[in-house]
Amino acid sequence: MEPISRFRGKTVALAIPNIDTDQITPAKFTMVTDKVGLGRILFAHWRYRDAEKQIPNPDFPLNKPGAQGATILVAGDNFGCGSSREHAPWALVGYGLRAVVSTSFADIFRSNALKNGLLPIVVDPESHRQALREAEGNLEFVVDLPEQTLALASGRAVSFAIDPFAKRCLVQGVDELGYILSHERRIAEYERSR
Amino acid sequence: MPKTLFEKIWDDHVVTAEPECPAVLYIDLHLIHEMTSPQAFEGLRRRGLKVRRPDRTAATIDHIIQTTPERFQPQKDPRVAALLHSIEENCRAAGIRLYGVGDEQQGVVHVIGPELGLTQPGMTIVCGDSHTATHGAFGALAFGIGTTEVEHVLATQCLLQRKPKTFEVRVTGRLPQGVTAKDIILAVCAKVGIGGANGHVAEYRGDTIRALSMEERMTVCNMSIEFGARAGMIAPDDTTFRYLAGRPFAPKDFERFRRLRTDDGAAFDASIDIDAGRLEPMITYGTNPGMGMAIGASIPGDAPKKALEYMGFEAGKPLLGHSIDVVFIGSCTNSRLGDLRQAASVLKGRKVKVRTLIVPGSGPIKRAAEAEGLDKVFVEAGAEWREAGCSMCIAMNGDELKEGEICVATSNRNFEGRQGKGGRTILASPLTAAASAVEGRVADVRTYL
Ligand code: SF4
Repeated sequence: MEPISRFRGKTVALAIPNIDTDQITPAKFTMVTDKVGLGRILFAHWRYRDAEKQIPNPDFPLNKPGAQGATILVAGDNFGCGSSREHAPWALVGYGLRAVVSTSFADIFRSNALKNGLLPIVVDPESHRQALREAEGNLEFVVDLPEQTLALASGRAVSFAIDPFAKRCLVQGVDELGYILSHERRIAEYERSR
Repeated sequence: MPKTLFEKIWDDHVVTAEPECPAVLYIDLHLIHEMTSPQAFEGLRRRGLKVRRPDRTAATIDHIIQTTPERFQPQKDPRVAALLHSIEENCRAAGIRLYGVGDEQQGVVHVIGPELGLTQPGMTIVCGDSHTATHGAFGALAFGIGTTEVEHVLATQCLLQRKPKTFEVRVTGRLPQGVTAKDIILAVCAKVGIGGANGHVAEYRGDTIRALSMEERMTVCNMSIEFGARAGMIAPDDTTFRYLAGRPFAPKDFERFRRLRTDDGAAFDASIDIDAGRLEPMITYGTNPGMGMAIGASIPGDAPKKALEYMGFEAGKPLLGHSIDVVFIGSCTNSRLGDLRQAASVLKGRKVKVRTLIVPGSGPIKRAAEAEGLDKVFVEAGAEWREAGCSMCIAMNGDELKEGEICVATSNRNFEGRQGKGGRTILASPLTAAASAVEGRVADVRTYL
């Protein structure tokens, strides 16, 4: 996993509330046994006129010339509801995104995103409206994970909350499994005690 | 301190909790399926780790497998073949019981766990699938996880978890004729909204819930995720114990489970009340399960435009009588024997006007339904009677809607394209679905009772 600390990135707006994981990665295209290459199928039903042949839909925000190279997605409220399939963050990361900004995230999606180096950033409704406006124009934001701030293009700085443990893992680029494995003795004791 | 049911189970399973860190939570039962496990096993191999407790793990094949006889032939689609091969090999190598294609017990993961008695009160249960909340109907703490977490559980039998908040759903009163468990949960989704309970575990309580059968309780808990709750639970009681007694993996002694209930005076972080006596059969009009209404109601004036555009429906208009193309009765929400009996009670002696798929949740349910002659009722009505699987709940196994088709479905999600690109889904109970099949239109089942 790539460590995340501070980065500047181009934005793209998808001002739709309640984007569910069946939109992020339609189930039909998730029949894979590995994680790589899923960037192609991101938002497949919206992004392509014909998803099988991958003929792009020029009206979709990600397909606009100005959005190319975007690393920060500003989405509508409650992003990531629906399935637990981790294909959703795999595809977002595979596409090149490093952060998603919304007013809230579904629990499983948030947890899956954090485990894949994708930062879910929750902001207040007013900052969200401004972020959406700026992202319509693909302006650049600065994400500072150690400081937990998101600086919009206009200079407005918004602080965001993040689980301190998840933050440590992201900044150091380490995963959680190592941490759980370090408790092996306790786990074995727990198993014996029951 | 009085505790909620959730808190009792949580406290029983915390292995350790260091300051600033999430708790290390022990997992009693890990269910896996073909869709969300290959990358987890691959992760284990890369680290040189083994499956810690194959005896606490069980696997099935449900999402991608056809529900037609084709499933017994060699798979033509290389992606399907690769996923099947992956789970078969991984389970064989790790010594995990696999209820695969051709196994008598095969079925949808959330149907077979309870059926086998693997699901038990007081357990922590996880699965790489968001409808794992179904198992909470037995007084277990059961929730969906991502594939990275599947890997964690395979390797350590533990998960890192922050303690969620609690959400009480109190349902009281007697359900009117024609109103079912599915209508209760669709009403809850409509009331709370799609993300309304994010960060919470729901507990369903009240005399209406106590009066439900285990199958009905599973229907309710199944859709907890659809209003944002990661898990949904119901305290175990004699109904629970009677259901479990004698099942292959069920415990012998149930008395110890009686302490698994929310103590008087225990506090929830949030709470809602539902008056069951005033409920009507429910349907959805939009593109998430929270966009629901009573069968006879008109689509709200403030319904999201994008959703109505997709569905081709108009605000202010009713849906009752709207023509439909397909009916799907199945999925981990409504594919159990009781659901099939309800559908049969409407279809008996009648004919369906639209394509109707009826898909049992598991092999044992299929055989039980056939032993009662339900299959004959369905086939005589003109419906298709299938093998067990997820089928048209998720468009990845050959059963899917064509662009623009409208389907009344007993499954749990009406997201855009969930049942096939451009397909439009109206969620409903098996009774409503069966009545709609007979009329070829969205129908009110109460006129049939
Ligand atoms: S029936 Fe539908 S919701 Fe249930 S496990 Fe299968 S795909 Fe998921």
